[in-house]
Amino acid sequence: MVTTLAICRRELRAYFTTPLAYVFIVIFVAMNGATAFFFGGLFDRGQADMTSLFSMLPWLYLFLIPAVAMRLWAEERKSGTLELLMTLPVSTTSAVFGKFLAAWVFSGIALSLTFPVWITVNWLGNPDNGIILASYIGGLLMAGSYLAIGGFVSALTRNQVIAFVVGAAVIFLFMMSSLDLILAAFRGWAPIFLVEVIQSLSFLVHYDSIVRGVIDLRDLVFYFSIMGVFLFANVVVVDQKRGA
Amino acid sequence: MSDLLRVIGLTKKFGDFTAVDGIDFSVARGEVLGFLGPNGAGKTTAMRMVTGFLPPTGGTAIVDGFDVRTHPIEVKRKVGYLPEGAPLYDDMTPSEFLTFVANVRKIDRSDRDRAIDSAAGRINIQHVMHQPIGTLSKGYKRRVGIAQAILHDPDVLILDEPTDGLDPNQKHEVRNLINEMASDKVIVISTHILEEVDVVCSRAIVIANGTVVADGKPQELEARSSFHNAVSVRVSGATDSLADKLRALPMVGKVETSKIGDGKVSLTVFPSRPVNILEPVSECLRELSVTVEQIHVERGRMDEVFRNITTTTKS
Repeated sequence: MVTTLAICRRELRAYFTTPLAYVFIVIFVAMNGATAFFFGGLFDRGQADMTSLFSMLPWLYLFLIPAVAMRLWAEERKSGTLELLMTLPVSTTSAVFGKFLAAWVFSGIALSLTFPVWITVNWLGNPDNGIILASYIGGLLMAGSYLAIGGFVSALTRNQVIAFVVGAAVIFLFMMSSLDLILAAFRGWAPIFLVEVIQSLSFLVHYDSIVRGVIDLRDLVFYFSIMGVFLFANVVVVDQKRGA
Repeated sequence: MSDLLRVIGLTKKFGDFTAVDGIDFSVARGEVLGFLGPNGAGKTTAMRMVTGFLPPTGGTAIVDGFDVRTHPIEVKRKVGYLPEGAPLYDDMTPSEFLTFVANVRKIDRSDRDRAIDSAAGRINIQHVMHQPIGTLSKGYKRRVGIAQAILHDPDVLILDEPTDGLDPNQKHEVRNLINEMASDKVIVISTHILEEVDVVCSRAIVIANGTVVADGKPQELEARSSFHNAVSVRVSGATDSLADKLRALPMVGKVETSKIGDGKVSLTVFPSRPVNILEPVSECLRELSVTVEQIHVERGRMDEVFRNITTTTKS
């Protein structure tokens, strides 16, 4: 636990000592604002809510979260510091978890900086703040599961660009798994239950219900399972690929 | 077992290639072991297995009773390790970095600052503690790496090429540091600087192609040299027959001569058996009344021994 926190703190500081953190936060907040106002029509809808912001969030995350996750392991492998880290008395699990936690906290900080939008809608009207809170939780859970996937992909390579591109592609497949784009490939031959399983893996389906204000246990289980599975896979990959 | 570090049949295969092929050795407290071998001999791979970074294909290493395969965390707690090339987090300052290492090593907050100050002082990096590591010179980076390895005053210290990239003064400092710490630790250093072995190591292991080809005190290794006990002299006003006269002495094997100029000649007289031949040689020179400018007995040449044992095993 102590070591997990020490690693988490170091990683978090690493985000903020490089321009990465500031570039990311500025672009994330600016694009959130832009997409909410222009594509989501925050004002035109005439409703005091943040739906327009949260409906665009999965798409922003699609390419911004892999950018946060890509360095987690690829950078350590490339610079050789992985050897330093893994010869300290640290279990692979706590290293994986510490890094993931840092990235999650970081994206949480970025998400919380959209608060001016929340202030705006509260000032202009009377939104249902319960739904907004649920939406923030949904956004955070989605960021977490994207990060777990991105971190896993980052452990597979020493090249950060590859980690970014492959990470984004894997996340995209998960997002799309409820749409015909993916399902059509399975419908022809797979049994119905398998198609339904694939359909249920979609980030968007689970996200939508949370954003509507319903925090269902099944959705929580879904997000935490995705995180658990990919963090576990991350541990396995780090152990397997060490020094190879 | 009094041996703090025991390596038993340690083997590592990468596919078909055997990088380390069943090496065995034990090191007791107070010993400084020099780990020698040509590049690619398997030194770094062996160290990576002992420190728990690479899982061995066969065999194991035991540190103070803990098997690195079954108790890696305990082993890592007891070992201080400087990886090859001293990789560091470039965006941190030495102060932040050492604090991080202290936290991961669970050094109490009350002892932490003292441990960091002491390690930084010993390796002389106090004045760069707040500069980003990425901006430091190679020598400072290496020293930050060493500071990290000695931070928790480990029982076993493993340094992969600790003086690589240091200038002669810094090398001297690091060697002094190693000598200071030697009495109550096991220290293993890998190096390809052979003079270093003489200065800091109490024992040397030579590996080539993944196997141990020599294990002994540096003096014992030197004794394997053909130069061991040879007498080198530099004389002026020598006649051509000098070499023949020396060769005729009992116990003298061969004599090599080379002219330096100004009528000066340098000769190396090799004994035919491993005995000291200084006495007969100097007597002979006196009888012939040549002017001796320099005379000394060779201890043996490490580089020659190194070359011999690491190249003969290759064929």
